[in-house]
Amino acid sequence: MSGIPHDHYEPKAGWEKGLAKRLPIVGLMYDTLMIPTPKNLNWMWIWGIVLTFCLALQIITGIVLVMHYTPHVDLAFASVEHIMRNVNGGAMLRYLHMNGASLFFVAVYAHIFRGLYYGSYKAPREITWIIGMLIYLLMMGTAFMGYVLPWGQMSFWGATVITGLFGAIPFIGEALQTWLLGGPAVDNATLNRFFSLHYLLPFVIAGLVILHIWAFHTTGNNNPTGVDVRRTSKEDAAKDTLPFWPYFVIKDLFALAVILVVFFAVVGFMPNYLGHPDNYIEANPLATPAHIVPEWYFLPFYAILRAFDGDVWVVIIASGLTGGIIDAKFFGVLAMFGAIVVMALVPWLDTSSVRSGRYRPMFKWWFWLFVVNFFVLMWVGAMPAEGIYPYIALIGSTYWFAYFLVILPLLGVIEKPDAQPDTIEEDFAAHYGGDDAGKAAPSAQPAE
Amino acid sequence: MLKKFALSAVAAFALSTGAFAAGEGGHVENVDFSFDGPFGSFDQNQLQRGLQIYTEICAACHGLQYVPLRTLGDEGGPALPDDQVRAYAEFYEVFDADLDDFRSATPNDHFPGSNLENAPDLSLMAKARAGFHGPYGLGINQFLKGMGGPEYIVALLNGYTGEEKEEAGAVLYENTAFPGGWIAMAPPLYGDDLEFADGHATDLHHLSEDVAAFLMWTAEPKMMARKQAGFVGVVFLTMLSVLLYLTNKRLWAPVKARYKQK
Repeated sequence: MSGIPHDHYEPKAGWEKGLAKRLPIVGLMYDTLMIPTPKNLNWMWIWGIVLTFCLALQIITGIVLVMHYTPHVDLAFASVEHIMRNVNGGAMLRYLHMNGASLFFVAVYAHIFRGLYYGSYKAPREITWIIGMLIYLLMMGTAFMGYVLPWGQMSFWGATVITGLFGAIPFIGEALQTWLLGGPAVDNATLNRFFSLHYLLPFVIAGLVILHIWAFHTTGNNNPTGVDVRRTSKEDAAKDTLPFWPYFVIKDLFALAVILVVFFAVVGFMPNYLGHPDNYIEANPLATPAHIVPEWYFLPFYAILRAFDGDVWVVIIASGLTGGIIDAKFFGVLAMFGAIVVMALVPWLDTSSVRSGRYRPMFKWWFWLFVVNFFVLMWVGAMPAEGIYPYIALIGSTYWFAYFLVILPLLGVIEKPDAQPDTIEEDFAAHYGGDDAGKAAPSAQPAE
Repeated sequence: MLKKFALSAVAAFALSTGAFAAGEGGHVENVDFSFDGPFGSFDQNQLQRGLQIYTEICAACHGLQYVPLRTLGDEGGPALPDDQVRAYAEFYEVFDADLDDFRSATPNDHFPGSNLENAPDLSLMAKARAGFHGPYGLGINQFLKGMGGPEYIVALLNGYTGEEKEEAGAVLYENTAFPGGWIAMAPPLYGDDLEFADGHATDLHHLSEDVAAFLMWTAEPKMMARKQAGFVGVVFLTMLSVLLYLTNKRLWAPVKARYKQK
């Protein structure tokens, strides 16, 4: 795999040869684990392992939770309390699962931002990026449906608001919403299908994760310089890379252990910090909470959804042009999903030939503004839609789209990139070589 | 970058719960409970006093439907001896579907639910009301001061101003902690409402703290076990981190040294 010249698995013992002839599974595992990996990967390349851990954690805790949970509107809330009080280790399992979802999203956002900064989405890794976006979408769906299962007030009203989005689609919206819910409103049928899908989707994600890894093992990892590994000979490649095991496995496990210290501190000492208190009140279709707030990881998109009300000129124009078919509500829904679509299309929107943001002086500023904007949107999403907040949300949403649709395409044309190192080895030597770094630098001059 | 992400994510959500408090809630003061912070633990005597207040006063209208009576004997809770748990359980009548009749409760039954339709069940109240958010509503002080539910309960019990009004045939009482400012519950505690066997203070503030602590236990009965597990997790993972750090350093040292000597 990966097109980088390196030693492959050679079956030695008789049984190994016999097995390799029938099922080359040892070779597959060996090549996966020993894949040549750019040796200059920095600490932002650890999130993949964290994400894999999260998926495993969620599936394992989830399977045990299901053994004690009852998906019925009259029993779900009580069964969660049963888990919290009567099941051995149940409270811990549930808090791990609850906060595991948050860790999952912290890691996925860090992973996505790393990809955006270092141009990991650019050719030849577009398919890795697209599969990653699909995983992210499925994660959001899974997390949303999982939040409905405890059947608290926020579960119920969150489900009502989010499924209501589908009702905003012209002509078919209402029928579609009824079909999704299994009835005219969020009820037992909804709870049951969400439970079923919440159990199914993580396994779909696991399958896509395998494709995701397969895809970037075929192209080889990106790295902080964005410069390709030399493939001219095995010796050259070996100067740029190290095998994944043990160098990166140990490094990633160290990072994972540090992250888990923080995770266990949250789970042990403030497990309800990221949850909403209202979800400890059983769902009541007759009492609407004062503020319906989604989980923190949905807030940026929730802000984009609410940003486009009927007073915004693009909404008025869209509504006028389509004869009112696209109203403010539907426009908001389109904007929310559109925000993810433009992110998924970034491999074709970014026109710069330079991969890594490290060598793009103008891009850096716009990128960090994008990151700040993400958190501003997250903050506004949590605020009531009144006063100054809708304006901030509108500005933030506009920047989100402008970043992908205007700034990235233009930057590739007007920006003059900095000199890139010729090889990964040069970058590594510059980082660890101290004063000798200058010696390698002159050869970087001719680039660009 | 990691730090930035973690902080902003935390801050963003904290702000959201802050808005919740600002939008609806009244004034809530912090109370230093024995179970605050990573090393805090329930005060067994306080939980027993709280149980007595709940039984003699709150239980007239409210219920604890999710709390099994046997858990009163659990370690890390009120930890009543077995015979006391059994005697306490008999105090309640529960409906038995098999008998099609009422019988006295056993430790295997739950506390009864609420007697009054508009009196909410109190099992989870201390977690359903995050009343205290600290400076700027950031909520990060949950780590040291708890999520604020018991503080809300104390504030509510102390928040009556003495004003009353009639609305749609019901009497409402003004309360500085209750969202909206008017609550249907008449002041349940005035101070000196009951006596403790150990002669502990029975002024209004002490009583409300005791019952709030008890309700925190009903909402989070495994809090002690949870904090212990968290502590063990943090200690062992820290040790693992140190070992992996050293392993990683050693592993990479020759690779990095190659370029240093050049």
